[in-house]
Amino acid sequence: MDEQVTEPRRDQETGRTDEAGRATSGDGAARPGSDQGGAAPAERALPSIQDTARESQPRKGDPAEAGEREIMFGIETLRVSYGGQPAVEDVTFDILKNNITALIGPSGCGKSTLIRCFNRMNDLIPSASVEGHVHYHGEDLYGPKIDPVEVRKRIGMVFQKPNPFPKSIYDNVAFGPRILGMKDDMDGIVERALTRAALWGEVKDRLKENAYGMSGGQQQRLCIARSIAIEPDVILMDEPCSALDPISTGRIEDLMIELKENYSIVIVTHNMQQAARVSDMTAFLMVALDDEEDNPRGRLVEYDQTEKMFTNPSDQRTEQYVTGKVG
Amino acid sequence: MNEPGSARTRRAVAGARAAVAAGIENQPTADVRKSIAFQAFLLFTIGVAILGLALLLIDAFVEGLPRFGTELFTAETSALPQDSGFYNAIIGTLLVIAGVTAMTVPVGTGAAIYLEEYADRERWWNRLIEVNIQNLAAVPSIVYGILGLAFIVRGPLSIGFVVLAGSMTLSLLVLPTVIIAAREAIRAVPPSIREGSLALGATEWQTIRRQTLPAAIPGIATGVILAISRAVGETAPLLLVGAAAFVTFSPEGFFDRYTVLPVQIFTYFARAQDEYIVLAAAGIIVMLILLLAMNSFAIWLRNRYEQKW
Repeated sequence: MDEQVTEPRRDQETGRTDEAGRATSGDGAARPGSDQGGAAPAERALPSIQDTARESQPRKGDPAEAGEREIMFGIETLRVSYGGQPAVEDVTFDILKNNITALIGPSGCGKSTLIRCFNRMNDLIPSASVEGHVHYHGEDLYGPKIDPVEVRKRIGMVFQKPNPFPKSIYDNVAFGPRILGMKDDMDGIVERALTRAALWGEVKDRLKENAYGMSGGQQQRLCIARSIAIEPDVILMDEPCSALDPISTGRIEDLMIELKENYSIVIVTHNMQQAARVSDMTAFLMVALDDEEDNPRGRLVEYDQTEKMFTNPSDQRTEQYVTGKVG
Repeated sequence: MNEPGSARTRRAVAGARAAVAAGIENQPTADVRKSIAFQAFLLFTIGVAILGLALLLIDAFVEGLPRFGTELFTAETSALPQDSGFYNAIIGTLLVIAGVTAMTVPVGTGAAIYLEEYADRERWWNRLIEVNIQNLAAVPSIVYGILGLAFIVRGPLSIGFVVLAGSMTLSLLVLPTVIIAAREAIRAVPPSIREGSLALGATEWQTIRRQTLPAAIPGIATGVILAISRAVGETAPLLLVGAAAFVTFSPEGFFDRYTVLPVQIFTYFARAQDEYIVLAAAGIIVMLILLLAMNSFAIWLRNRYEQKW
């Protein structure tokens, strides 16, 4: 357990410094294990990312051959528009069961829009319209008979900013089961959810305290506990670590790897090292820069096993992005 | 070589300092004067506002304090000013505002929930409702009094000059304020809370009922209390809908005749005898105590239960 906790933390440091490096020099990135942040020379960009990807490989479990595993979401020619302007279009790929699937890409390429299609959260934005299909266990999520409330009971979501309810820790976790009408053994449900979210030990003595008294990382794990308390099939995570420090990020990444035994996870991340560390499959989206139409819209550039995406991508744009040359 | 070099450096530094200092000191004095004059003007305006209020309060206290005592709260209205108290008026006021609360809280909160959570702002009728509510909040209270007289006391409802008529009229008066306050309280609940709840498979109604509304209740309660304390001070509409000038009994229900504090103070001041003037001044103190208590409770409630996001 100790090893599992400390190793990703070190990874995280490389990830953070790497990001800082890119932010200042455009294509620069840190040496692996370097503490120097933005001072790292640009020519070391490539080794850094490949190294991180290789380090994370043992923890990924068996990289699945696409097609052998059960398909969770079958996405077909999906296109999402806001007020008639397409934000992301022409997305077709399959998300596999018991996998962690990462969606990466530069800002504005439609990653968050895409992940919100999987539990129909886009319905909440009046101007948003979705065309195409998202097949889930053979049913089209955007079919006429689908109730979005039922969809969200099966497909949970964790948001970018921790958003616990202004209630006690216990009530936060118990809220979902209660509205689903689960009544028996609520204490047990809460304990199991918190345990699986690696939070039980920290909060078992203060379950009645307000969740706003917790640290950001604890709040985010509480949100994960809250979503797994209702036993969903899939957990969607929209940049779950972007507001957290490296240690909390490491914990949540460990947690994701443990959770994928029982759940399928889709994660949007800006942090490519995070995608490399935790995910099995990676989808890279990008706004088509050479688009001749007026309105830029995101498109799926490449989707493959994470290892291949980060070491030997078949699309040149993917390589440029994962090596930090663009984006 | 070193000597002249460092001397030159010293001179250069000194020159630069002098230039900077001159730049700072040579600010145009006209601007400074303008700024001071503006500050003085602002202070003066605050002074006028506070002084006016202070004079009114001091006048009421100087006149009313000799007459002030606990019997003002317990004694009923009597034919003799020296035996009179405000018990009837206090009971009348409390009954009226109880009716106002019972009517405005559910209607106001419901309207606010509809406007914040369900209304599509693209639709013209929703925008119309919104603009209307804002305008209604600015309608003079006497207009509501006439409305109450024509439609509640007489006209379609014809319930007569009773407590309920006063409650209904004041409810119409403060409803826009309550709706606006409740909307603000509901809007203060961050969208991320709603998203979190909906993402767990809660329906829209469950989300409102179990997340948004509980989080907004302290804000709604504060708004309601402040709106009601405005209703407590209202005189004009109640004169029209039957708060009687002189009743020697307390209302026992919503269909009894009644009087309220401000109306009683108003009629006492209109009398010739000095004793009544003193009694009216003491009545002002009673009403101020009631209003201060309500506003303090609102502030306490806000500080105690307000959610920091």
